[in-house]
Amino acid sequence: MPATILLTVGLADFIWIVVGLFIMFTVLSVVVLSLTLLERKLLARLQLRLGPTRTGPMGVMQPIADAFKLILKEDIIPASSEKAIFWVAPIIVVVSAFMIWVTIPGTQNAVIQNLDLGLFYIIAFSVIGILGLVLAGWGSANKYGTLGGLRAAAQLISYEIPIIMVAISVGMLAQSLDMREIVNAQGSYIFFLVQPLGLVLFFIAGLAEVGRTPFDIYFAESEIVGGPFVEYSGAHWSVFFLAEYINTFAIAALTVILFFGGWSGPGLSGDWGIIWFLPKVYLVIMVIFWIRGTFPRLRIDQLMAFAWKVMVPMSFLSVVMTAVYLFYGWPAWSLTLMSSAGLFVVGYLIYKRMTGPTKLVSQTRIRQQALQDQRRAASQAPAEAGGD
Amino acid sequence: MAWFVFILVAALTIGGGLGVVLSRNVVHAALALLVSLIAVAGVYLVLFAEFLALVQVLIYGGAIIIVLLFAVMLTRSSDYPRISDNKQWPLAAVAALALLGVLVPAFVINNVAGTQAQNASFTGIGESLFTTWAVPFEIASLVLLVALIGAIIIARSGPGEN
Repeated sequence: MPATILLTVGLADFIWIVVGLFIMFTVLSVVVLSLTLLERKLLARLQLRLGPTRTGPMGVMQPIADAFKLILKEDIIPASSEKAIFWVAPIIVVVSAFMIWVTIPGTQNAVIQNLDLGLFYIIAFSVIGILGLVLAGWGSANKYGTLGGLRAAAQLISYEIPIIMVAISVGMLAQSLDMREIVNAQGSYIFFLVQPLGLVLFFIAGLAEVGRTPFDIYFAESEIVGGPFVEYSGAHWSVFFLAEYINTFAIAALTVILFFGGWSGPGLSGDWGIIWFLPKVYLVIMVIFWIRGTFPRLRIDQLMAFAWKVMVPMSFLSVVMTAVYLFYGWPAWSLTLMSSAGLFVVGYLIYKRMTGPTKLVSQTRIRQQALQDQRRAASQAPAEAGGD
Repeated sequence: MAWFVFILVAALTIGGGLGVVLSRNVVHAALALLVSLIAVAGVYLVLFAEFLALVQVLIYGGAIIIVLLFAVMLTRSSDYPRISDNKQWPLAAVAALALLGVLVPAFVINNVAGTQAQNASFTGIGESLFTTWAVPFEIASLVLLVALIGAIIIARSGPGEN
């Protein structure tokens, strides 16, 4: 569907879009409620706790109680803040979070407006959300807020590049940027099998993009006490919270659509594909929560170094691999081989980075110990000589 | 409908532009610039140039405005957010008028009144960019490379230190 939608929109189309947006809001709100419960339960299990149990059976009513609490809380606006920017920042964040869902399909037909350039549209509008975080940090007139805003801008722009590059290589494989076409192109094999490197890069960059834990640098509670959100409370804060979970869900859905064949799966056809789609997405989300429960937070310099020294070059490499594969028309397994080799390099670099400092420290210790022994020997030798 | 959309985005573009010039607060001016640039994306959409519109949103609406805000926050201008006026305004006015003096005659001479907007598919843009216009495209990328290297050289420590 080209841009003519804007110009030749009839009443029926208009009504469908309004109804579709309404359904989207409702579904996404329910999804966010389910995600908060899932996260709390899953994290609790990882830490050998029970999680919420009191509200409703097994604590399933907990998200609703939380939502009520947030809405009823006092909404404080700092006296020294920039009122207009303080107000507009959460709106920018949440609107961009909702806007990308306009073109993310649940099944072949469950999409509000399919676009030829769907993937590109999603990338373009997810960048706008970064702006909201920067403005939120600045508008709060708080040094932690401003620091968080700057961190958000640096981190999110850096990790946007690998996402764009991997999206390009997936678009090249599918020969389209249309989300439905991308899923249909995975009929014979899912793209995870030919581009595992792309999947890993996309998933890591996606985690960074939504600020999930190892990458929650810009609102790190223990360093900058919440970053851009430090002055927000009540309903305003819950808007950011909503946007964060919607974006998490979007990254999981995109991972499934781009690499795991979206709603296609054995046994189900047509719109029943949603039965394949949702479990896949929730599985990816559970991996995201699992990572949150497992890894410690990175430091900001490690984060930026990882983005620019590993993610960006490897994502360019994945584009080049895909281009070579397509240009020479090699068999599909050759790309799998190349991509796996790239993935191995990424894994090796991460492994080296993780074990490197320990090795360096132990080597330095040994050298210092040797030096100390030498000195002691040197200082004892004259003393012995003097004693004689 | 097309006219209505066009007038809306045109008004937003001009309003945003005026906001940039008239605002006394640098960050407010940046926000007004964002409105203006996004509205320009709307103009592209009216002209059926979807790809260009999305590029406008991604590059100008996202990246450029964020870098601009970054610079505003890191420089001392954030200490004096209310001063956005200096002695350069006559020069800026002359430059703007000169641009207008180029654009208006071009618009009049080429007589665009009867032409129809055509749907520029992004595959078509890609093909012509990498076949017919490959050399200008490569030159543009070379210019960007020069800018990148220049930035690296400026960012590296000066000759005095290290």
